[in-house]
Amino acid sequence: MREDSWEIGGVKINCRLFVGTGKFSGHALMREVLLAAKADVTTVALRRVESGARADNILDYVPSGCKVMINTSGARTADEAVRIARLAKAAGAGNWIKIEVIADNRYLLPDNLETLKATETLVKEGFVVFPYMSPDLAVARRLAECGAAAVMPLGAPIGSNRGLKTKELVAIMIREIKAPIIVDAGLGKPSDACECMEMGCAAVLVNTAIAVSRNPIDYARAFSQAVQAGRLAYLSGLAESVAEARASSPLTGFLRNED
Amino acid sequence: MKVRINGVDEMISEATLTLQQLIADRGLSPKQVVVEVNLQIIPREQWPQITLQDSDSIEIVSFVGGG
Repeated sequence: MREDSWEIGGVKINCRLFVGTGKFSGHALMREVLLAAKADVTTVALRRVESGARADNILDYVPSGCKVMINTSGARTADEAVRIARLAKAAGAGNWIKIEVIADNRYLLPDNLETLKATETLVKEGFVVFPYMSPDLAVARRLAECGAAAVMPLGAPIGSNRGLKTKELVAIMIREIKAPIIVDAGLGKPSDACECMEMGCAAVLVNTAIAVSRNPIDYARAFSQAVQAGRLAYLSGLAESVAEARASSPLTGFLRNED
Repeated sequence: MKVRINGVDEMISEATLTLQQLIADRGLSPKQVVVEVNLQIIPREQWPQITLQDSDSIEIVSFVGGG
């Protein structure tokens, strides 16, 4: 495949499959999955610690060279997201932040207005900001204008594995927004990821589908290959679709006599 | 004195307890956690100097898997 890397905040990204670290049965398996996917970017969350909690740090299991993006999951407002981002940075996790502001417990759909506020604040503070959002062109435009590194519309509700249910809206965002578009959440099958990449998404972020698979390592590989296939197809230009047949074999020299 | 740790009110019997001691008492490894006192992040180097005050609100957090 031709050279097709991409740079964000000075970091070179070859693999357009971002893999989240939630729901794995252990840190060691999570590490194997990141390695199998050859992931260049992963996500982790920040939570309160119980007394006597296990001493090993999930960050120690992230392969070297894989960039960690801290998510602000649990935040219900922009202020809470900003607080989590600052804590993460103080903890030495760097300045890449996935903003996730959710006030809806049933569908876990993001609050775009609070997300925009948090993005504005954190970009000004020097964070590299990846806002997770409900696909909306006006909000996406504002996020890009205030300096988001990418805009991350959802494909379907988090953890639902329903695929790219927001296709038309994401397609409009890809056409209209200069910032990279990364579909985050809801992708369940490698073909879902491939579809996103064929459309021109810069990357996809997948967690649940891989983590809950019977074989997470192979499923991650399958996703990785699907992302590569979709990207290569996008770069090649998708074939035109027409309503009627167009013969692919010559229409002369048939082994029959014409009347 | 009464302090709130990760959202739970706790009575502290010691007259002086530093953040450093608090983290050790809870069986946590200092390198794995970040501490906030009254919404202010306290750098690890300052933990030995910070003593808990009555009605302080303390958050002790660390990284977990997440998407």
